[in-house]
Amino acid sequence: MKVEEFLKRPGSWLVPAEDNSIAISSRIRLARNFREFPFPDWAGEEKCVRIWEELKSIFKDMKSFPDPLVTGMGTLKKLDKKILFERHLISREHENKGKGSGLVVRFDESIAIMINEEDHLRIQALRPGLDLKSAWRSIDAVDTELEQKIRYAFSPSLGYLTACPSNVGTGMRASVMVHIPGLVLMDEVNPIIKGMGKIGIAVRGLWGEGTEASGNMFQVSNQITLGDKEEDMIAHLKQIILELIEHERNARSRLMEKKPMMVQDHVGRAYGILTHAHVLSSQETLNLLSSLRLGVDMGILKTVDLSVINELLILTQPGHLQKLEGRRLKADERDQVRAQLVRMKLLNGK
Amino acid sequence: MLCESCQGKEAKVHLTQVVDGAVKKVHLCEACAAESGFDTHGPVSITDILLGMGGEKTSSVMPVRESTCPQCKMRRADFKKLGRLGCVKCYEVFSDELVPLIKAMHRGEQHVGKIPACESLRAQVSVEIAALQKALSQAISTENYEEAARIRDRIEEWREKMTLKKEASRES
Repeated sequence: MKVEEFLKRPGSWLVPAEDNSIAISSRIRLARNFREFPFPDWAGEEKCVRIWEELKSIFKDMKSFPDPLVTGMGTLKKLDKKILFERHLISREHENKGKGSGLVVRFDESIAIMINEEDHLRIQALRPGLDLKSAWRSIDAVDTELEQKIRYAFSPSLGYLTACPSNVGTGMRASVMVHIPGLVLMDEVNPIIKGMGKIGIAVRGLWGEGTEASGNMFQVSNQITLGDKEEDMIAHLKQIILELIEHERNARSRLMEKKPMMVQDHVGRAYGILTHAHVLSSQETLNLLSSLRLGVDMGILKTVDLSVINELLILTQPGHLQKLEGRRLKADERDQVRAQLVRMKLLNGK
Repeated sequence: MLCESCQGKEAKVHLTQVVDGAVKKVHLCEACAAESGFDTHGPVSITDILLGMGGEKTSSVMPVRESTCPQCKMRRADFKKLGRLGCVKCYEVFSDELVPLIKAMHRGEQHVGKIPACESLRAQVSVEIAALQKALSQAISTENYEEAARIRDRIEEWREKMTLKKEASRES
């Protein structure tokens, strides 16, 4: 499978979940390492190449994900790496990796494995909506299949050993991407973020560690990886997300009660700009798409489908726009192409 | 805002530390920050910040024990700079710094989650017992004594299994 295939549709994890558009997607990742090799940053290129070669042969024959995209980071074009990053399949750190690092992705993007990023293996499972349980089931199956072929670095006291001590134990980070414009508009996000920090939950921006929140989207994840069972950590995070969703719903109904005209105007203006603008920056698009999503969720906007909004979230990113156009675009050219794509998708639904 | 240490100069370095699970903000001037060992000009090392989490304060006169991992040759200074370890063995070599760090970052110091199938029975049993002991103290704290008794029985079962296995291997 080639990277081009990805462009035809958004990943299966962006298919709108049935009754919950506040929790957009769920993700679980596991950090795993070979016992006998140094961690990737310290191993040097030669050993990393050996690890990648060994893993490549293992991935040819995995029952838990057939027909994967298997690619070395050294052979990928810069633009293709950007696209993989924009689709949340690789991290910013992995985008900059070359020879000796690789990527394995299931055809529907529900499973992706980064090889020789911070750890030898970073396995991730992605699901639409709030569905950590099924993400855990599928990642656990892949991990269990792999552990029959690889001797993992493991200690009976510290659990799975990782390059950074912040990931030891389960090596698991579960996260849910939430869209909470109601809480942002009511200015209630900061106390919630602070409160979560106190109970071992981290809140990050759209693209994970060290990124700003864009388009009112946040990633909420477990901070602690050692000392609890995976299932308990997942249940704890799920409980917190359910509470967060409740807070968001509350904020939305208070908004509608207090300032209905303001909310309708906000949504209407976003729709107006998106369907008629000729120049749109990436940041502006994310923010306007957030207002549109809010409008659809609240029943204010009935002509737009959530799946179109999800598709635009991905396709309007700089890498995707350049791939679609088939050439390098300067920032101002991208803003024009982006506006054109948004107009077309929203007005024609194509 | 004045520096919290010298109360003279303006605070330009703002640090957030987590001590025993509580978030503490420290505001220092550049001179006091440098004196406390924070390099304000070089790139910020995550471990330097994180190592402040261990609870014990390191004094500037305390000699830092230099050690190198015999397996991957990572030096203590490398680990501090990178914030990442070199190999599995590093966990033993730098355990004096890692144990308090891990304690501060996580919930306890004992893994109770998944175990690779290829691990020895001994490893599997020790993780299993640790998980049960955790559940036991939870059951006791909520005064669920029936559940506590059930868990205690299961811990005993695991211990017996372990002893039987040991005896079997001794006999063979």
